[in-house]
Amino acid sequence: MFIQIKDLNKQYLNKENLPVDVLKDIDLDIGKGEFVSILGPSGCGKSTLLSMVAGLVQATSGEIIVDNKKVTKPGKDRGMVFQQAAIFPWMNVLENVMFPLRKEMSKKEAKLRVKEHLKMVQLSNYASHYPHELSGGMQQRVAIARALAMDPGVLLMDEPFGALDEQTRTRLHDQLEQIWIETKKTILFVTHSISESIKLSDRIIVMGTRPGTVLADIHVDLPRPRGEHKEGMLKLEERIMGLLKKEIDKVVDEELAYETSN
Amino acid sequence: MKPAIKRILFFVIVIGLWQLGSKAGLWSEILLPSPVSVFEALVTGIQDKTLIYDLIASFKRLIVGLAIALAIGTSLGILLAKSKTADDTIGSLVLAFQSVPSIVWLPLAIMWFGLGESAIIFVVILGGTFVMTLNVRVGIKNVSPLYIKAARTMGSSGLDLFIKVILPASVPYLVTGSRLAWAFAWRALMAGELLSTGPGLGYTLRYASDFGNMSLVIGVMVIIGVIGAVVDQLIFQRIEKSVIRRWGLDS
Ligand SMILES: Nc1ncnc2c1ncn2[C@@H]1O[C@H](COP(=O)(O)OP(=O)(O)O)[C@@H](O)[C@H]1O
Ligand SMILES: [Mg+2]
Repeated sequence: MFIQIKDLNKQYLNKENLPVDVLKDIDLDIGKGEFVSILGPSGCGKSTLLSMVAGLVQATSGEIIVDNKKVTKPGKDRGMVFQQAAIFPWMNVLENVMFPLRKEMSKKEAKLRVKEHLKMVQLSNYASHYPHELSGGMQQRVAIARALAMDPGVLLMDEPFGALDEQTRTRLHDQLEQIWIETKKTILFVTHSISESIKLSDRIIVMGTRPGTVLADIHVDLPRPRGEHKEGMLKLEERIMGLLKKEIDKVVDEELAYETSN
Repeated sequence: MKPAIKRILFFVIVIGLWQLGSKAGLWSEILLPSPVSVFEALVTGIQDKTLIYDLIASFKRLIVGLAIALAIGTSLGILLAKSKTADDTIGSLVLAFQSVPSIVWLPLAIMWFGLGESAIIFVVILGGTFVMTLNVRVGIKNVSPLYIKAARTMGSSGLDLFIKVILPASVPYLVTGSRLAWAFAWRALMAGELLSTGPGLGYTLRYASDFGNMSLVIGVMVIIGVIGAVVDQLIFQRIEKSVIRRWGLDS
């Protein structure tokens, strides 16, 4: 397996300095080239899980192995795209995408590589623009190009389209699907949108909350492009909704209990 | 009406009223000379080059002092942002120093360096350093964790992360710090020069006052004010604005 997550646990300390389970006993195997969505309600630990694969957050126990190497720190073999495009405002688009390449290859080579990836996200004409001159969707495409330019084995995406409007999001879904088909990257895609996960992924890991656990591992075998299979999508959506309903009720109940106890 | 035109009109009216008041003898020329006398004093000062030498001397001290202040301020700010121990100890001292007008250091500076260039430059340095320190410190501490996380996933860490990401990300604070350091240093310089030997704008101001040349006193005050305002608005505020825009902080 390309990515192996074994017996992974994560605890954070709460305000009273007591450990709280955020992720509990996560076991996952992900094959090379798979497009996997991690779906779950807000606060179930999706970002924490993804950050641990990225090497940005250390596990309390358990291990993550990517391409036969144990993850201990961040590395260029795992590119990450965040909800807010974390491109650097003091660099233009070209310089931003070049950032991860600058020590690896000559400037000329790097530029060629960058051009190629800007073309992939359809921003060839914006190489010399600065981030503040771009729309949110364009900024996010720069972030995707930047992550892909270092040719990582895995692309980690944490609600990358969550802050965009509906139209832009739909366009970027199609682009991402196209990029995935072209590059054959393994993609781990965090979202809290059921329809987004069904539209894009081969597999949906449904997570429950408090503590974060894997509720279901669903294979999506609808043919692509999925837009033409509305009925199948709808059916799947209802099934997942049923799974998550209990989780959402749990959150609401807890919040009510919290409010009445105060 | 454009703000610039409004502003010009305003100054024309103020100076006009001032001139009319002087002409009408509402106040004595000795207490408040008319704009025309001030203008004449300035022209004389420029023609006999005393004001030119003063300007050059003052700017030399300012540039040396400010450059040293920015260098020390930046280094100290980085230290305070990076080391909790330094922040808890030196940090509180910096806050205390920042609340002391730097001119009060002059007696000590004169004891240490004698009454000359070094003493004034010392006071200028103290004027600019601490405000720069505090801004650099806050700037570095406020760098979005998102930039740092993103950079780390792209293989950046340690010194590379600091130089390529953390420092550039805090540029808006560096610019604000420099603008305030300039303002404090300029004030410190004038105060220092008032109390020391020439040439220098502050020195000429006191010299003119000692000889009862009120027109020149006001003339020099006008120069000091105009330089202060022009550098602040035409240079620093412009840079600040464009940086804030590019860094996406104006949302
Ligand atoms: N650095 C941290 N310190 C303490 N608690 C944290 C920290 N980061 C996340 N958490 C908690 O862990 C839980 C999961 O967070 P997160 O992974 O961001 O969830 P999701 O991305 O699914 O919304 C939340 O309850 C959050 O408050
Ligand atoms: Mg999240």
